Amino acid sequence: MADAAPVLELRGITKQFPGVLANDHVDFDLRRGEVHALLGENGAGKSTLMSILYGLYTADSGEILMNGKPVAIHSPKDAIELGIGMVHQHFMLIPVMTVTENIVLANEPVRAGVFIDEPAAEKRVEEVARTFKFAVDPHARIRDITVGQQQRVEIMKALYRNADIVILDEPTAVLTPQEAQELFEILRTLTREGISVIFITHKLNEVLEIADRITVLRRGKKVETFPREGATEAGLARAMVGREVLLRVEKKPAQPGDLLLQVEDLAVRDDRGLEAVRGVSLDVRAGEIVGIAGVDGNGQSELIDALTGLRSVSRGKILVGGRDLTRATARQALDAGMGHIPEDRQRRGLVLDFNLAENLVLHDYAKEPFSHLGWVNPRRWIRWARGLLKEFDVRGGGPTTRGSSLSGGNQQKVVVAREVSRDPSVLIAAQPTRGLDVGAIEFVHRRLVEQRDAGKAVLLVSLELEEILSLSDRILVLYEGRIVAEFPPDVTEEEVGIAMTGGRQREAA
Amino acid sequence: MSEPPDPIGIEEEPHQAPLEGDPEAYAPSVARRLAFYQRAGGIVTPLLTAVFAFFMGGMVVLATGHNPLRTYKAIFEGAGLNWFFHFGNYHIDVPFTNHHIWFWWDTSTNHTTAYNLTQTLLTTTPLVLTGLAVAFAFRCGLFNIGGQGQYLMGAIVGVYVGSRFVGMAHLPHVFLGIAAAAIAGALWGAIAGFLKATVGAHEVITTIMLNWVAYWGGSYLFGRGGPLQNHVDRSIPISDDVAKGAHLSPIWGNPALQALHSGIFISIVALFVFYLILNRTTLGYEVRAVGFNPEAARYGGISVARNFIIAMAISGLFAGLAGGLDILGWQFRLGVLDVQVSNIGFIGIAVALLGRNTAVGVGLGALLFGSLFTGTSTRSLDPNVFPPQLAGNLALMIQALILLFVGADLLILYIWQARRKLRLPGSAKAAAAEEAV
Repeated sequence: MADAAPVLELRGITKQFPGVLANDHVDFDLRRGEVHALLGENGAGKSTLMSILYGLYTADSGEILMNGKPVAIHSPKDAIELGIGMVHQHFMLIPVMTVTENIVLANEPVRAGVFIDEPAAEKRVEEVARTFKFAVDPHARIRDITVGQQQRVEIMKALYRNADIVILDEPTAVLTPQEAQELFEILRTLTREGISVIFITHKLNEVLEIADRITVLRRGKKVETFPREGATEAGLARAMVGREVLLRVEKKPAQPGDLLLQVEDLAVRDDRGLEAVRGVSLDVRAGEIVGIAGVDGNGQSELIDALTGLRSVSRGKILVGGRDLTRATARQALDAGMGHIPEDRQRRGLVLDFNLAENLVLHDYAKEPFSHLGWVNPRRWIRWARGLLKEFDVRGGGPTTRGSSLSGGNQQKVVVAREVSRDPSVLIAAQPTRGLDVGAIEFVHRRLVEQRDAGKAVLLVSLELEEILSLSDRILVLYEGRIVAEFPPDVTEEEVGIAMTGGRQREAA
Repeated sequence: MSEPPDPIGIEEEPHQAPLEGDPEAYAPSVARRLAFYQRAGGIVTPLLTAVFAFFMGGMVVLATGHNPLRTYKAIFEGAGLNWFFHFGNYHIDVPFTNHHIWFWWDTSTNHTTAYNLTQTLLTTTPLVLTGLAVAFAFRCGLFNIGGQGQYLMGAIVGVYVGSRFVGMAHLPHVFLGIAAAAIAGALWGAIAGFLKATVGAHEVITTIMLNWVAYWGGSYLFGRGGPLQNHVDRSIPISDDVAKGAHLSPIWGNPALQALHSGIFISIVALFVFYLILNRTTLGYEVRAVGFNPEAARYGGISVARNFIIAMAISGLFAGLAGGLDILGWQFRLGVLDVQVSNIGFIGIAVALLGRNTAVGVGLGALLFGSLFTGTSTRSLDPNVFPPQLAGNLALMIQALILLFVGADLLILYIWQARRKLRLPGSAKAAAAEEAV
């Protein structure tokens, strides 16, 4: 389906930031009607390259050719005029305005010089929607539609401006698996209509599903461009990371020991006062990883908060090593041997304005030897931090670096380092690899298995089914605040998937 | 700013601009905006802010037909700051002895310059403390507008304790007066903290309300027929005089002409205490954690509610101390008029903002505002240069301009950061962070 002649060519693009060579003589070409994936770890230079193409940065050297002719792109305006549209990871939409208004914004058809010609605008938007088969209500307000639909509005915005090249920056990061499938369907329609798509991602399975060709960047350099045929996840991962990566976690069979975490008939209310967890009972033994699968919003967050003392329990019991922690505060839960890798490292897991040493003592700042009689000992924090940062291979800063200046993967390593170093008996890992790239995911997974093998009870809560399946020794499915199914580790993705949407429960009823 | 909670929670690049991706970014709370301001920049921005405010003030002076440079020079001299530039062969007396030692400057307050300087330092003393009152709460993420009320409570209790217990020995009486004033301020502040911690009442609202309670409470207590009105002349709405034994010892100047009192040492010590609490104690760690990211603090096992109360109490303690020192140091009585025209607590907000809520910044900010108010007072300013009856307004105007520019600063910094993020990865750190693996 893809034409051989490139519509767009980047040649020898180089961009130096102080201290970092973000792009180093990168070549890239795009054919008409193809999806070309740009794959790389965080910080590999994908976003920089696309920012140069979209006129947000200017390259230090190299040239951009469109249909064989060199072009100069100094601003997004130039890019738009050349038919390049970009959908950013963070949408640039105005929530109180309608879909149509957002699409025509800054390009409104006008009547009598000053008035927006609304009928004409709607007609154009409908035209775009029809051509590319978008199912979005043009009169709906942005704040009322789903994230997936908002993304479609962003794409329509580009198409409305006659883009024939659309850049998508990590488009699936914000989508549910179903929405991602819908997006892929839209992309297939676009390419059939001759639109070319650049798809920035670090997710391997997506690339193999949607891309025609795949260009891998590593540390600012282009590694290779692969055709989809013959590309494998393992091969791409190796190209991305520069070494063999274990996509599946290697682990020995579990040897469950003592019962460390016991939850009986737990009920928890959410912020609106509705019961989000409705009678959950579960056990986690020493030396096993129990995974909780489920679609987002089925009570996972409330369950985790209740277990870690961050939310009050309305009914039921929580026992850690036989000790009743039902009414415990966060402090008491921590002191009772609870470790918690929170689902949002930036909102909860780290104080971004604290340095790494301060972050690493977040739970134990008031304990010896980190402080004495209320006086803190920052020098000891720094020494402690230096050791941990080395052990957990945190890159991009030392003990006095501020948390906010680390990349997501390294921030997560800091969180993991802190939780694991406290030697908890029960470790609750919530979405521990969200937003991380393959190298960091492998690292976190290995650490979790290590904790299991060291005789800890690990409760893994994740929205990534693949993660649950590859790590867990037992799998529980949370649906509408209840555990609706339990599976052994060798279950198939389909079986769990059905239970996640309530299928199993309906069968039983 | 925290941190920035990403609404979607999935990020590829770390966000340099703290407001990026934050739902609150479009309507950030006061505290959040100011936290951003505090982090960005360094010493350069507050300096520029002050210079710019003085420049604009100069334009106004020019518009009134006066020479701005001469006017500022007169204010500078009115504040006694030129004293430092007159070196010579002088001596100071060593306290409690008949000895004296050689000194670089002439300390005799018979000269206007030295006298003016004592008055500047006298004003600076409470400003340091009311500045710290705002700064400390701020480090816990709270915007304490209630410095004025806490200051008044300190003054009211200070004058009460100072004018009672007449027979008491000097040191215990002074100590009791200061301690009572500080505790009164602390309790007044803690009320707002308690309301915030328990029912979530916003501290800006409650502290403003508490300011009015203190204002009218003081007006009632010392007003005609009020329970604490003086026993000498019932026609004057003023308190009893503070007993001689409760006066803070004068350290520089003639006590009959408002000498500088030893309370300035308490202010200086307070600056160190502020720094030590925040940076060297577990309490300070908790306060800062809560200020930066309450959710992460809670997750870390820190009680956010408890820290709200403690931070407001410590803030109030600083402000109450200021009230006590003013009463026991040089005012020696408190009238309804004093209660109603005082604005030391409010100026503390400007001091803290300009000083970016750090100990050093608050010290310098207090000195700046102390000089400004003394230098423009009718007593100090040369009437040939600028009419002193207008000069007080000039001081208030410059204060307002500084506050305005602190706000404008925020906007400029925000735009600058947003630009840098998009187009100009100016600093090595930004780029390195952006591209760090």
